[in-house]
Amino acid sequence: MDDAVTLLGFGPEGWGLALLRGGLMTLAISACAFACGLVLGTLSAWAKIAGPPALRRAADTYGVVMRGIPDLLVIYLFYFGGRQLVSAVAQMFGHVGPVEVSGFATGCLAIGLLSGATQAEVLRGAYHAIPEGTLEAARVAGMRHWTMFRRIIAPQALRTALPGLGNQWQSVIKESALVSVTGLVETLRAVTIAANSTELPFLFFLAGGAIYLAITTISGLFFRLAEWRAMRGQPAAKVGG
Amino acid sequence: MDIAFIVAVFPKLLAGLPLTLLLAVLALAGGGAIALALSGLRASSWVGARIADFYVYVFRGTPLLIQIFLIYYGLAQFPAVRHSVLWPLLREPYVCAVLALMLNDAAYTSEILRGGLRAVSTGAIEAAKVAGMTRLTMLRRIVLPLAFRQALPAYGAEITSMVKATSLASVVTLMEVTGIARAEVSQSYRAIEVFLCAAMIYLVLVTVIARAIQLLEARLSPYRRPALARSPA
Repeated sequence: MDDAVTLLGFGPEGWGLALLRGGLMTLAISACAFACGLVLGTLSAWAKIAGPPALRRAADTYGVVMRGIPDLLVIYLFYFGGRQLVSAVAQMFGHVGPVEVSGFATGCLAIGLLSGATQAEVLRGAYHAIPEGTLEAARVAGMRHWTMFRRIIAPQALRTALPGLGNQWQSVIKESALVSVTGLVETLRAVTIAANSTELPFLFFLAGGAIYLAITTISGLFFRLAEWRAMRGQPAAKVGG
Repeated sequence: MDIAFIVAVFPKLLAGLPLTLLLAVLALAGGGAIALALSGLRASSWVGARIADFYVYVFRGTPLLIQIFLIYYGLAQFPAVRHSVLWPLLREPYVCAVLALMLNDAAYTSEILRGGLRAVSTGAIEAAKVAGMTRLTMLRRIVLPLAFRQALPAYGAEITSMVKATSLASVVTLMEVTGIARAEVSQSYRAIEVFLCAAMIYLVLVTVIARAIQLLEARLSPYRRPALARSPA
């Protein structure tokens, strides 16, 4: 037991610092991927609600495709496919030998793309929950599209979307573990390295699980707090059920 | 795009489909059984309910990949496990992957089950009691069918997500569709073509399953009027 404390601690023998760095990397990649997904999700939701038919179909296809492919395969496709593409381009310019692509960037893009498809559905549902009257009132008041989006649509839709977006954030954190296959040293990769060099896999994978659990739990509390704040002054609305 | 290469690689990937399906079926069957046990535990006592809650919290709060690693690499840390009668089984990546998928699926399924059971109206239960049904008959004829239909859309999503999750078994060397694709890429260095082919296989599979669930749901809800809006919960 003392061994475990030393090994997980921050002393010279301990892996604490490496695991902490891994945890921070998990947070960084999750935040980037989530932001990426939010942008894609918003665009896709807009295309589905108000876009021209061609864009609407494109957004629908994007959703169906992303929800039908395993996360791991999307990450492989972006990382190894990206490498293949970049190598081909580099060769055209006379570069010889293999080219590396960033695991962080391809991981963010891949998870962002996956999450964007689900976030689009959450945001679309939230848009449809906006009372029609407020939109009419905004139009009658002479608001332009952008003003109406900023002052009427976004505040109301985000309030409804908050629980769904919270769920998406949780999945993004869990999906970020898959980026370890690219060699990026986030939590899972950090604990794998520690497990291999100490030959104590159970201890370190358990510690890794605890790090993820801590991240999901604490950020879950933040989302709960945000939901509670967003629902102030909404006597009729109920959070959860 | 090299059509000849794609034509050659497609059947190789398809050879992994039976294993993908088998993993998904075993995970769903085992996960369903554990989920039923969990809801029994939840109904049994306060302590039982807290244990079930904790199980769900842990398995839903951590990535599936770390659960697979914990079982496949982690258990070997203990000499007691290595010397036990179960070791020939626990040494197999196949058994470990199925075990992890099962345990993970159980956490999600038990939440879906809970939602379905909660949606059974008290009126239906009262009516069954008044009609003189025994507890078991009521469960079999009223509660479970209603809960099942209510939970079907969510469970359908869980089925497709399990089919996709089987791809993680490739990380512990199993040669299902993703595993074969990965091996094929390391030989041919043509990641885009191979992974797109594999993605196509999953996409078709998931679409077919999702459609089948939709049809089943429509069959089970003949009463549903087009105007009836479903609650978002």
